[in-house]
Amino acid sequence: MSIKSKALIRAEKLLPGNQDFTSITDDIAGVPEQKKTPIQWWLLFGLSLSLLSIFVGSVGFLIWEGTGIWGINNPVFWGWAIINFVWWVGIGHAGTLISAILHLFRQNWRNAINRFAETMTLFAVICALVFPGIHVGRIWVAYWFLPLPNQMGMWPNMRSPLIWDFFAVFTYFTVSLLFWYTGLIPDLATLRDRAKGLKKKVYGFFALGWRGGNRQWQHYELAYLVLAGISTPLVLSVHSVVSSDFATSVIPGWHTTIFPPYFVAGAIYSGFGMVMTLSIIARKVYNLGHIITVEHLDKMAQIMLLTGCMVGYAYSMEFFVAWYSGNPYESFAFVNRALGPYWWGYWAMIFCNVVVPQFFWFEKYRRHIPFLFITSILVNIGMWFERFVIVVITLHRDFMPGAWAMYNPTMWDVAIYLGTFGLFFTGFLLFLRFLPMVSIAEAKLVLPESDPHHGESHE
Amino acid sequence: MSKYGVIAKFDNPQSLVHAAEKVRDEGFTKFDCHSPFPIHGMDDAMGLKRSKLGYVIGAMGLTGALFGFGLQTWIHSIEYPMNISGKPYFAYPAYAIITFELMVLFSAFGAVFGMMFFNRIPRFHHPVFYSEKFSDVSSDAFYVSIEIDDPKYDESGVIDFLKNIGGTEIEVLTDEN
Repeated sequence: MSIKSKALIRAEKLLPGNQDFTSITDDIAGVPEQKKTPIQWWLLFGLSLSLLSIFVGSVGFLIWEGTGIWGINNPVFWGWAIINFVWWVGIGHAGTLISAILHLFRQNWRNAINRFAETMTLFAVICALVFPGIHVGRIWVAYWFLPLPNQMGMWPNMRSPLIWDFFAVFTYFTVSLLFWYTGLIPDLATLRDRAKGLKKKVYGFFALGWRGGNRQWQHYELAYLVLAGISTPLVLSVHSVVSSDFATSVIPGWHTTIFPPYFVAGAIYSGFGMVMTLSIIARKVYNLGHIITVEHLDKMAQIMLLTGCMVGYAYSMEFFVAWYSGNPYESFAFVNRALGPYWWGYWAMIFCNVVVPQFFWFEKYRRHIPFLFITSILVNIGMWFERFVIVVITLHRDFMPGAWAMYNPTMWDVAIYLGTFGLFFTGFLLFLRFLPMVSIAEAKLVLPESDPHHGESHE
Repeated sequence: MSKYGVIAKFDNPQSLVHAAEKVRDEGFTKFDCHSPFPIHGMDDAMGLKRSKLGYVIGAMGLTGALFGFGLQTWIHSIEYPMNISGKPYFAYPAYAIITFELMVLFSAFGAVFGMMFFNRIPRFHHPVFYSEKFSDVSSDAFYVSIEIDDPKYDESGVIDFLKNIGGTEIEVLTDEN
């Protein structure tokens, strides 16, 4: 059997069972149309709302009292706020990778998870944007980021990576929102056509009067393709720019050219971890195992193996260059990571990001759902520790031993971080409740019947 | 109450493509083929020209890039030259990032709003929505619609033609507004 025909047989398995266009619509649109919301949803939603209230309370206190309530000190001026910012942005990147890059490569298996992943991107980027928003201290002047004419004649410094970062993340959020909404238009039309009363009006409003005519699909497909095409360099640029916040400084351990690709690989790695966690929960709660199949989880595990190995390569290359550079400060920064007082953070990162994905070489583990669920969470713990290693361990011991200090987070650091989970999951659960979690139109394209040459003999 | 046109249902993507080819060959121009998902090869079958949306996006992208680069140059070289860390006023390599981001941002707006412009949406009322069965098109149905504005339109002729090429559930739609 040739490799190509094997691949075809695999592709057929993406939608097992006797499914047709009608059953796909019914299965996916059936979830937001449920009369009775599943009890698991209410439990998760209650939990998310409590976390959201922690978020509102702790951010409110931060604005009232100032950033002094955090554990940041001299020399660790950047604490959990930056760690969490980079962590959340990174999670968002898998969504764009799935929806844009895999679309350009015509990887149709992505059609079952792309809506999911795009939504995750949106809420993850909102959570990320919270941190630069609140860490400026005087948040009522956060609009100074924008190049707005003002009576002080004051402009942002466009030569600073922090401003690049603002533009990159802002553009990323806007483009992700447009991409997500464009993908939703045909599905909103499906929901509109099936709904009654007020729901029909609301879905109908957002469906913009979509009629599914090919004269519409023609422009729609081109718009979608171009959005995928411009999102691809965009997503690579966003985390590269985030890494420039560090790499353009002169701190040993930060001032390296490997940062942009290394950050991008890590971002995709953690994002796939989060997509995996969320899709395992959703397919269980909503019985969508026949649409988000083990085959999809297997493929995601393969991408996590690839990006996990890239991250592992970056960790070892950093050490090599620290030694090869002959710079004593650079060498010390890395030895201090592995053997200094925060050694546990470094080794937690190595375990979660380098050791754990090695199991994915074996098909058995890539298809073992409880194992995948646990590893997908470990991946995100590992990636959080990676940012902890980069931010805290690098800063706490720099050039002069007299300036060294330890860093301890306060309960407000923890509360705000936990609170962003409330923000994220509240949004995500509302999405699961009211919108189709799988793209209805695109899921149908995976069926062989959607090909206009289906059933014709091949010459 | 004016007439809008005729719609006819087809069984699957294959028969819709074949129907589109026949409608095109018959010389109709004001017609459309409705399906729950985009069908590969339908543009050729309908005889549609390539979408012009790409030019709009390209123009928007260029505008965004020029705006981004111009804004940064103007701020640091003309409006308020300020020496920060000894960086040159016209530090054009440092302007690459924001130039790129604004190019992407403007192109994305061009893609989405250009698509809406070419598709004439939002348009909440359309005669096809007055058909009860047509709403299946967003789930599992495939329809051809031929409009009254078509120069070759002649109601009984169009109905017979659509029947001949395999259409079922033929309806004549009126615009109720």
